[in-house]
Amino acid sequence: MKEMIGLIGVFSYLSLLTIGGGMAAFPEMKTMTVDIFHWLTKEQLVHLYSIGQMAPGPNMMMIAGIGEWVAGPAGAIAVTLAFFLPSGLLTLWVGRMWEKLTDWPWRASIQRALSVVSIGLLLGGVISIGKVVLVGWHSIAIATLVFGVLMATSMNPLPLMLASAVAGMLFFR
Amino acid sequence: MSEPAPSVSIGEIFWAFLVIGATSLGGGVVGYLRSSLVGSLKWLDDETFVELLAICQSMPGLNASNMAILVGDRLRGGAGAAVALIGICLPGGLIMVAAAAALDSGAHDHPLVRAALRGVSAGAVGMVLYVTVQLGLKTIRRPADAVFAAATLLSVSLIHESVLLALITVAPIAALWFQRKRKSGDRQ
Repeated sequence: MKEMIGLIGVFSYLSLLTIGGGMAAFPEMKTMTVDIFHWLTKEQLVHLYSIGQMAPGPNMMMIAGIGEWVAGPAGAIAVTLAFFLPSGLLTLWVGRMWEKLTDWPWRASIQRALSVVSIGLLLGGVISIGKVVLVGWHSIAIATLVFGVLMATSMNPLPLMLASAVAGMLFFR
Repeated sequence: MSEPAPSVSIGEIFWAFLVIGATSLGGGVVGYLRSSLVGSLKWLDDETFVELLAICQSMPGLNASNMAILVGDRLRGGAGAAVALIGICLPGGLIMVAAAAALDSGAHDHPLVRAALRGVSAGAVGMVLYVTVQLGLKTIRRPADAVFAAATLLSVSLIHESVLLALITVAPIAALWFQRKRKSGDRQ
């Protein structure tokens, strides 16, 4: 039970550090889970993280793995709720407030500012991931092809992602 | 606010986000979300998508989970938000629980899986770039828009990827600028 309270406390706190992406909270996650609470070793954390890279869905679902590791399935559920609910409820509240503020004179300007900043953030994200992922001409070719085909056809990206997986098996094994 | 949200059932919302949660490999969940919600399902238009994404990016929490919550809430209120969040987290969560359960059994490295994932990650970069271009074409309509987007990009790319910094510097300046423009009768 003490473990559960610790897990919920730590991951609720981490939840609020994830402005601009889950990785923003990673250094603090390592400090809390490895150095302070000794729930797992640094190697185990990195191992879970690398498996998490392969899992679909939100990129920090590895946290469910930490919960399971420390306190079984109940721990996994507790950690997931603790990690997604505080930030989620805050966002839900802000989203609803935002909808109600239709006649606030500043609303349109702030919305536009945030939307424009959003595009810059998306592009920044593409560049920072690209720097890590695009090494060598094989990976650059895959990214360029996917981009080109989507620009030309606007098709569903899933088949292209499957094709990228097959190309990865051929090039990177 | 664009047109009212179409009437979508709780079950449809859960299923849509479960599929996104199960298929969004290699990062770039924004791309999978747009392809499904704006593209095939037509539950949102690009303008609304950017509006919700902008809220998510300026709040704590992951874009994937916060987008699920906001879209679910738009479509079917609190219950919609809850099932969307569960749907997008469930597949990856189950995989991670299984992985953690096997953590001590000296999990082997799977070179083929790793290779496939490297391919998907490269593809995802192309996909997210495409989505950024599409959303950018709808959002960036004037020189000032481009300047503020570029300023954001510079602040996150050059200065250690501090999103918070961009949000507390570029966003307020941009908001002031747009507000002044509106006041001066420049019809946007």
